[in-house]
Amino acid sequence: MMHEALLEIADDCLVLGHRLSEWCGHAPMLEEDLALPNMALDLIGVARGLYARAGELEDAGRGEDDLAYFRGEREFRNCLLVERPNEDFAQTMLRQLYFAAFMEPFWRAASASSDEVVHGIAGKAAKEVAYHIRHTGEWVIRMGDGTVESAARMARAVDALHRYTGELFESSPAARAAEAAGVLPVREEMRGDWDRVIGMIFTEARLVLPEDTHMHSGGRAGLHGEDLGHILAEMQSVARAHPGAVW
Amino acid sequence: MAETPLWEVFIRPRNGLAHKHVGSLHAADAVMALQAARDVYTRRGEGNSVWVVPSVAITASDPDHTDEMFEPTGDKIYRHPTFYEIPEDVGHM
Repeated sequence: MMHEALLEIADDCLVLGHRLSEWCGHAPMLEEDLALPNMALDLIGVARGLYARAGELEDAGRGEDDLAYFRGEREFRNCLLVERPNEDFAQTMLRQLYFAAFMEPFWRAASASSDEVVHGIAGKAAKEVAYHIRHTGEWVIRMGDGTVESAARMARAVDALHRYTGELFESSPAARAAEAAGVLPVREEMRGDWDRVIGMIFTEARLVLPEDTHMHSGGRAGLHGEDLGHILAEMQSVARAHPGAVW
Repeated sequence: MAETPLWEVFIRPRNGLAHKHVGSLHAADAVMALQAARDVYTRRGEGNSVWVVPSVAITASDPDHTDEMFEPTGDKIYRHPTFYEIPEDVGHM
């Protein structure tokens, strides 16, 4: 049970990291072509640590590659937000901001984890996602309070993605077990920090925070949109074509 | 991105050393320039402090004036501190 809670967060980081990596070579400017993969590598690094720990706790002989590359779509436990397509730069930045604004207080709280490995990952990850908030927040502010075109794209991004933010705060049965054991913090407790950060940035970006949005969820139960299948097909293809291959 | 201003980036590798020019980048404003500098030039632990300066703020010497600017020092070797001996117990200066 405990390992499944770690898998949820690991899957979030891996899938979002892969999404960001899709920008590599395609970003609107060279500087962002490095900034986006930098964030991707932060996330994939965290995913690796969590997969390794989840594999140990599961004690079924699965390592990080088995968990990342040899599980199917229904076995992935990531939230729906992270699998949303990149679309444009506005959606990519807002998706990242939404996620980082949740993960920053989450990792800060997780540095008190009863699990020594999670404790170690949390200290490093908290600093990484703090920078993700800073970087994506500045872009959201500039696009929201920018040109007519950029403001319209930011508004569309909010419209497309806000409905996936509720799931961040939901604790699955596996997560609740991990919370009860003091391994992971209670997700609902991140809401205050998230609301404050998003509120501040939206005000400066002149974006309107939607109210009474019907929230979508299901990712923690393995119920994903069709996008995840496409991500996994690409991400897992090399490992599945050459099982056991090493660098 | 032709209209995005150019910035020069300076990084200090360690406390006590001077900031050193490492390159340039494009960014819309100072805040974004600082973040881009972090993302482009400090990926391998190059430093612990970054400066960004608008490239337009830098006044450079004219390459056509190189002779008159720099050649006159060529024969003034007495300016180099190599004409006296440093006592042993002073150690490394």
